Amino acid sequence: MKYSIPTEEYVTSGTVACQGCGAVLALRYALKALGPDTVLSVPACCWSVIDGPFPYSSTLVPLFHTAFETAAAAASGIRNGFAIRGNDHTTVMAWAGDGGTVDIGIQALSGAVERDEDIIYVCYDNEAYMNTGIQRSGSTPWGAWTTTTPVRHFKKEEKKDMVEIMAAHGIRYTATACVSHAEDFVKKMKKAKQIRGTKYLQVFASCPPGWKMQSEDSIKALRLAVQTGIWPLYEVENGVYKINHKPKEFKPVEEYLKLQGRFRHLKPEDVEHVTRWRDRRWKLLEAKVAMTRELYGAEAAET
Amino acid sequence: MKKVLTGNHAVSYGSMLARAEVVAAYPITPQTQIVEKISELCADGVMDAKFIKVESEHSAMAACIGASAAGARAFTATSAQGLALMDEMLHWAAHARLPVVLANINRSMAPPWTIWTDQNDTISRRDTGWIQYYCESNQEVTDSVIQAFKVAEQVELPAMLVLDSFYLSHTSEPVDLADIALVDKYLPKYQAKHDLDPAKGHPAYGALCNDEWYYELQIKMQWAMEKALDVIIAEDALFGEMFGRSYPVVEGYRADDAEYLVFVSSTIASTAKDAVDRARAEGIKAGSAKVRLLRPFPKPQIRKIAKGKKRLGVIDRNISYGSEGAFYTEIKSCLYHELQRPEIHGFIAGLGGRDVTVDAVYEMIKITAGRSPETDINWQGAKLA
Repeated sequence: MKYSIPTEEYVTSGTVACQGCGAVLALRYALKALGPDTVLSVPACCWSVIDGPFPYSSTLVPLFHTAFETAAAAASGIRNGFAIRGNDHTTVMAWAGDGGTVDIGIQALSGAVERDEDIIYVCYDNEAYMNTGIQRSGSTPWGAWTTTTPVRHFKKEEKKDMVEIMAAHGIRYTATACVSHAEDFVKKMKKAKQIRGTKYLQVFASCPPGWKMQSEDSIKALRLAVQTGIWPLYEVENGVYKINHKPKEFKPVEEYLKLQGRFRHLKPEDVEHVTRWRDRRWKLLEAKVAMTRELYGAEAAET
Repeated sequence: MKKVLTGNHAVSYGSMLARAEVVAAYPITPQTQIVEKISELCADGVMDAKFIKVESEHSAMAACIGASAAGARAFTATSAQGLALMDEMLHWAAHARLPVVLANINRSMAPPWTIWTDQNDTISRRDTGWIQYYCESNQEVTDSVIQAFKVAEQVELPAMLVLDSFYLSHTSEPVDLADIALVDKYLPKYQAKHDLDPAKGHPAYGALCNDEWYYELQIKMQWAMEKALDVIIAEDALFGEMFGRSYPVVEGYRADDAEYLVFVSSTIASTAKDAVDRARAEGIKAGSAKVRLLRPFPKPQIRKIAKGKKRLGVIDRNISYGSEGAFYTEIKSCLYHELQRPEIHGFIAGLGGRDVTVDAVYEMIKITAGRSPETDINWQGAKLA
């Protein structure tokens, strides 16, 4: 079997991430897909620190640190700055955590998408404000412990579905991805690079300390997220939904949940809640696949 | 070429002459005509710029920062709530040492909602590291956009020019628009010292910096501000040579032989001239001094013009709650070490856009000439106090 991911590295040694950090792998794969003619707009998030303190930088592309709310706005500025100077070739990528995307960063992102700025926005989603010590974000799933949703008041709000919000904007291309499914992620990044306009990807990135799990389970947890259906792999391109991978049979959600201490307090009825959520979501996704295929008559949506 | 322009359009034409390359702006009364005109100029091909119609002022400054970091000349305009909303990013632009230029229409802060003028929005940003020019006329506004870029790009600090809401933003005055070829000679294309082009390397900008490095970066910012005062003066002198107009950082009116000198800024500077003439006609040796810069604060020029005066007054169209007027504080403070320190009155006038008339300024001159100050705050034209 041929390995489809480029071998060049654009994330080198010197990252200060935790052991087993999914976010490091995420950028590593993303940059392999994009290549060196890339600029990063990075708001406050784990990667503000992971890249290394001054005077070090472990990435081999220019990295512009920016304020928490502004990943998409700064990226818009960079893109237009390059454009007015005749540079249409450099990829401008906003690279942000879930907090800086679905909460404080949502306005700037929504604005950029509405303007169809020619940028790629990637949210590496570890489902909480991890950089500041594991506080809940709008992307934290129902049932999770975080420091601001302690066990006796665990998160009772559903995870904000950012990819659907992006699809509702009429974005040209949006997709989910998962670090454990690297080839799918790299393929999607390469696809995004070829499209003009705003592209949004949400890549599931494990966080051993934040999820309270062993660092060696990092990839396993991500793989299980896909296999249990908790993290569907799908794309929406010009309004047409396509599921990239549907497990023949979903593994029980318990297999994913039990690996992580942040779910340890869940009772059987809570696990049922998660299972029902997973099922509802997939039903809706499959309905959207069928509906958009019919409406927009695009290419086949099956894997 | 002479055009009759409102203050807002004077800003727009200034940004066109300065060849702003990326404009990221959000509408707010009374700035809207600035961006509307810029849109028109871009659409008509008169101005070659990317106009990012951002979804908030915070994003406007973030986008300007991104564009400037990418090596383009970036510009925006706002007012009051908008300036306040972008405050975090004002600090960011200055710390990032990016020469973004901003035009602010001085509008009072809400609540209650208001669209009329005072200077609180900008005086409360005087600690951000931005150069601040306070403009008296629409000609000065247009010329200040050009000068601001020239200065900002040299000292690597952002600059704002400010003008009064309605009294200037919506008031028409003749403006001589310089020939753009001559402006190009004065203000060549922006060449950033560092930018984000991957072909040039892959640094990180603004990374985590511990106590080993941060302090010295602040010293450098202060040095840049100190250098900026000299650069502003030199560039204004050059501007004067090339275009026939210049704007002293402190400009006296009948100040040389005045015994009583009143410091003013923005449109009150114009009004003060008539009031000075009236006082002079009555035998009071009055004079006024327009302060064009709040940052960097022109200490040597203030000291020079205040020398030998019997008594001083400062008219602030702002107040720093819990203290006093901003220009009053700055002027008083810079005279503290002088051997001769005249008494100095602090007047507050025109908050919320209340008109400051010739009569009003004349009264303040009379007070300055007539008696010693009793308090730091002398409310003028107020219904209370």
